[in-house]
This record gives sequence, C-alpha cells and structure tokens, in this order.
Amino acid sequence: MRLVIQDTYDDVSLWAAKYVKRRIIDFSPGPDNFFTLGLPTGSTPIGMYKKLVEFYKDGSLSFKYVKTFNMDEYVAIPRDHPESYHSFMWNNFFKHIDIDPQNAHILDGNAKDLIGECNAFEEKIKNAGGIRLFIGGIGPDGHIAFNEPGSSLVSRTRVKSLAQETILANARFFDNDLSQVPTQALTVGVGTVMDADEVMILITGAHKAFALHKAIEEGVNHMWTVSAFQQHPRTIFLCDEPATNELRVRTVKYFKGLMELHNKMLEEAV
Amino acid sequence: MAPSSAKGHGYLYQYTNCRILRDGKIIREDLWVRDGRIMNPEVLFFVEKVNADQRIDCDDLIIAPGLIDVQINGGYGYDFSTESQVEEGIKRVSQGVFACGVTSFCPTVITSPPHVYKKILPKIKKRNGSKEGAGILGVHVEGPFIDQEKRGAHPQQLIRDYDNGFQDVLDVYGDLSNVAMITLAPEKQNTPEVIQEFCKRGIVVSVGHSNANLIQGEEAVRSGARFITHLFNAMLPFHHRDPHLVGLLTSDQLPQNRKVYYGLISDGIHTHPAALRIAHRVHPEGIVLVTDAIQATFLPDGTYPFGEQTVVVKGKHSYLKDTNTLAGSLASLDDCVRLFAKETGCGPELALEAASLHPAQMLGIADKKGTLNFDSDADFIMLDNDLNVKSTFISGECVYKAK
Ligand SMILES: [Zn+2]
Repeated sequence: MRLVIQDTYDDVSLWAAKYVKRRIIDFSPGPDNFFTLGLPTGSTPIGMYKKLVEFYKDGSLSFKYVKTFNMDEYVAIPRDHPESYHSFMWNNFFKHIDIDPQNAHILDGNAKDLIGECNAFEEKIKNAGGIRLFIGGIGPDGHIAFNEPGSSLVSRTRVKSLAQETILANARFFDNDLSQVPTQALTVGVGTVMDADEVMILITGAHKAFALHKAIEEGVNHMWTVSAFQQHPRTIFLCDEPATNELRVRTVKYFKGLMELHNKMLEEAV
Repeated sequence: MAPSSAKGHGYLYQYTNCRILRDGKIIREDLWVRDGRIMNPEVLFFVEKVNADQRIDCDDLIIAPGLIDVQINGGYGYDFSTESQVEEGIKRVSQGVFACGVTSFCPTVITSPPHVYKKILPKIKKRNGSKEGAGILGVHVEGPFIDQEKRGAHPQQLIRDYDNGFQDVLDVYGDLSNVAMITLAPEKQNTPEVIQEFCKRGIVVSVGHSNANLIQGEEAVRSGARFITHLFNAMLPFHHRDPHLVGLLTSDQLPQNRKVYYGLISDGIHTHPAALRIAHRVHPEGIVLVTDAIQATFLPDGTYPFGEQTVVVKGKHSYLKDTNTLAGSLASLDDCVRLFAKETGCGPELALEAASLHPAQMLGIADKKGTLNFDSDADFIMLDNDLNVKSTFISGECVYKAK
C-alpha cells in the first residue's frame, strides 16, 4: 500500500490524472489491446477528470483504446436526470473525450432485470480481461462505491438498498422531495474492485480525515469498507493535506519520505 | 468506433468548438444534428452508442436558432400584396433572407380588395424551408379590418369592418388555410367573437393599426389576441391616464399566464432607441423583432416606380421621391438584432431570442422552431461575437455562407 500526500485538492487532481495518463501510455493500448479503467463519480474526482480532458485536448492522451467501467448508478432514476451517474460521466468526462461509446460501461439502474444487469456487468469486466486500474473515492464513513458500512468485503456487483442517512442526505439533489430520492443503487462490490490489478483511492478534505485514518491506520474492518484495500497488493491512497489531519505524525512523515519514489511513478519509462 | 450511419441511422453531424444559445444562455456545448433535427448527444452515446459521422469545427462561433420574421412585405422590388408579383417575390425573398439569418418567415399581405386576397392567399403555401428558400409559416394578413386614421400606408378605401361578424371575414379573405396571423383593430364591433373564431382556427390574432384604448386592448387579449403589431407605430401613443395598446405591456387585467408578445421594428428609424429601451425594460420576454420590410428591400440605391409611387432607395433609407416621407422599412432582421442588442444593452441572448424563440412561441411552434432544443428542426445560424451572420442552416443543410 502506498500513501501519496499532495498539498491541495488541485495537486491531488493533477497527480491522479498524470498517473492515469502514465498507466495508459505505458500500456500502449491498441485495437486488440484495450486499457481497462474503473471510474468513480462524486465531487472528489471532478478535478482529475478536468485534467484528463486537458490531456486529451492538448493531444497528449487518447481514450480511443480505453474501456471504462463505472462503479455504480442509482436505481430507477431517469438516465438523463442531472443527478444520475450517467449525466455526471457525460458532462464531466465522456462528452469531452474521444472514447468510443461502445466502450463506456455504466450500470443501467433502469434495467428490467437488475440482478441480471449486475451479473452481466461482472461478465463484461471479465471479458475485457479485468480492470487494469480502478479509481475510487470514499465517503466520510469510509465506504467505497455504494458498499456502505457493514458490506461484505468479498461482495460482487449487486443491488444495494441505500442507508437512510444517504437517502436523507441526497434529498437536497431532488428538490427535497423524499419520494424522488432513489432508495437503491447498483454497485460493484468490494471484491470486484479488489480484483483490479491496481487501485487508486482519492481522498480530499478534512471531512474525510477520519475515514482515511480508519482506512490505513487500523485493521481491515467491514464497517470501513475502504480498509479492505490495505490487503490489495497495488493500492495507492492519494490524499491532500487536510485529509491527513487524523493520521499519526509518524505515518505522514514516513509516506512523505517516500514522495520522491512515488513521483518517479509519473515519469516516462526510459 | 461506430458512426451513426454505419448503424443504420442517418448521417450524424457534430458541430464542435462553438457556443450555443439554449435556455436563454450562451453555453459552450456541441450541437448534434441528424436527419434535419437537433439530437440529444447523451441518447446517442448511452443508448445508440454511436459517434458522429462528421465533426465540424466552428471556429468558436455562436450558434443560435434560425431567425423568424413575422412581418415582411416584400423585397427585390416585389410586393407580396400585388398579385402579379407575389410568386416571384416569395421565391426571391425566401432566398435573399438566408444572408440575414432568417430560416422562416410570415409573408405579410397588407390591406387589399377581397378578389385580390382570394388570388394571393392560395399562392402563398405554408412550407418547410430548404435550399430553395426559407420556410413559410403562413401569411400574416395585416388589414383590411384596421382603423381608418391609423392606417399608415394601407389604402384607405379598402379598409373594412366586420359588422356581420366572422362571415365578413370569410367574405373578404376566402380560404384561411394559408393564414398564420392577422392584424386587426380591436375597437371594432364584434371583435371578441371574431377573435375567438380566428383562435379556433389556430390563427394568431394581433392588435394594431388601431385607435383602441387600453380597455379595448385588454378585452381583445381576454378574447384570445396575443400579439401587438409594430408597437408604437400606427397606434395611439402612451398617455398616463390611458396608456392605450402600449399599456398591454404592463396590464394587470389579463388572464394569468397569458403572455402578450409585441413586434418591434428596431431598424433605428421606425422606433426610437429610447422607446426600444422602455419596451425592453418593462416586458423583455414579449419582444418580437420584425423588419416590416417593403418591396424596395435588398435593392441597390436608385429610384424605383412602385405602382403609383416613386421610391428612392439610399442606403438603409427609402423615401417617396422629392419628399422626406419615409416609404417603409428596408431593415434586415440581423441588423435589427444587432441594433437592439446595442441600444438596449440586453445582451446577445435576448436579442437573438427576440427574433427566434419569441416569434416561435407567439405562433405556437416553439416545439419545433426558434430553439436549439433536442428534437427541434435543425434551423440554425452561426454568428461572430458582434452577431454578424456567418452561415445559415435549414434542416441541417447549409444554405448560406458569408464570403
Ligand atoms: Zn403595419
């Protein structure tokens, strides 16, 4: 496990985007050799998406031979609802880049057979050869995707009922009308993400500091589902300074000492 | 990659590197067009999973809905109210307006005798726009049911009343199927029933060329009228004890949710800039820019005999020969948009919507025209930041490109 600490949110965004770019370019994807990328939604990754779009626009990165798999989507909200993860991905990423629509996979929360949709998603990941790099964010309670506290750490893609707190917190996005707020979501499981060759978790802001502490300084615990990635052989936790507020000084010092090494990962292969 | 056409759909265009006017804002967004309609790119991406067949770099221009002129009397020397000229006139003008960004219009026929209406109206058929010419949304019949004193250039002896109600209307015009809107003076007897009959037929009623007071105007709106023809022109002026038809802009005696639209000739000649600003400040969402352009429009400078009159064209002005009397407007609608934006400081969004969205709403066709919303007809224009028209598209086809 690596912990990469950057000064600010913008630095985190840039580092994450550079890392994704590095990984894609080093893979040298082509028509018979697609790079597979797992993607999150939410406010944390927006800056990273912006940077990736800039790389595409300046010609230094193409998504032509990239397949993407999104972590989750609400059940039964219109695909074009502004709060849907389809809308999020379209507006923040897909509409700006050259990805082939056939290669952008998002769970369909309006599928007639939701379980079938989840199983098919796992199948699509498998057929694509698994995920090379899965990027995730976490909630203040340490959940990854919709694997809320208490979720199984070997779970696969499935239908999840949302916690009452999540539903209440989401009401503000739906005109404060609780009847409009989705109560279920489709989500990849912790096990689905664990299967990726590499995982990068973005954590920014002081309100995520306790979650970061739980994620890396204590044992694996299904009440803090992101802690499972301590056991993943290639996981990077990427955070800003405020997110380190709850970490031990020793932890921070140790990982800052490794920054030179971490930054080498962004450099071009010789 | 699967372009749209390879998946059995039509050829899909993606206009990119542009800013588009949508929902009252100019936003950085691509415009997607297929089969003559504006497409929703999210549906193309997530549902159809197709790419554009062709991406077109727009050089950072603004894309706005095609302009709509609901009052235009002729051009190139042809007058739509003259039977022998109407067909050629429609042909020439409907192509000439491409350069002004106009993609559809209402040819306007002024006060004429009944036998002339019965010959002219059948010749002006509603039609979609194409390379052949801008779309024709239906005729605007201005008169003959107008006021004697406020007749302006309309021939006095042909002005009429409808004392026998709608039967008189039918006797004058004959078949109304090609008519989209009518201007009448609401102070006439039987006006409420006449307006209701027009509304039943889907024809928009406008008040104008009128001596009406505000109460008569309000009564007309309650009966179904929804437009005021060239506000300030050919009507009683605003007076603080009776604001007359101008008062409809701020009346509180109208049915709720009923918006009154009004035409403005913002050519810098027919309506003073201060008057434009007054109208803009009190009722911006009702503005419909019109040219009211006459047959001398699009002609080079010179002296022209039109019927009994001799008209001198000089730049953007036209005079009756040897007088200072204005012969009518030579405005082009894009000029009006630019002038209106400049004089009112309203911003390009409203100025463009006043010549596209608003006329479409007024005519009840905003589901297809006057917007860049998904599923609308792909009638649009490209403009630079000074709102000069660079190209004009009808049903997704380029019909004009500035040199
Ligand atoms: Zn008139």
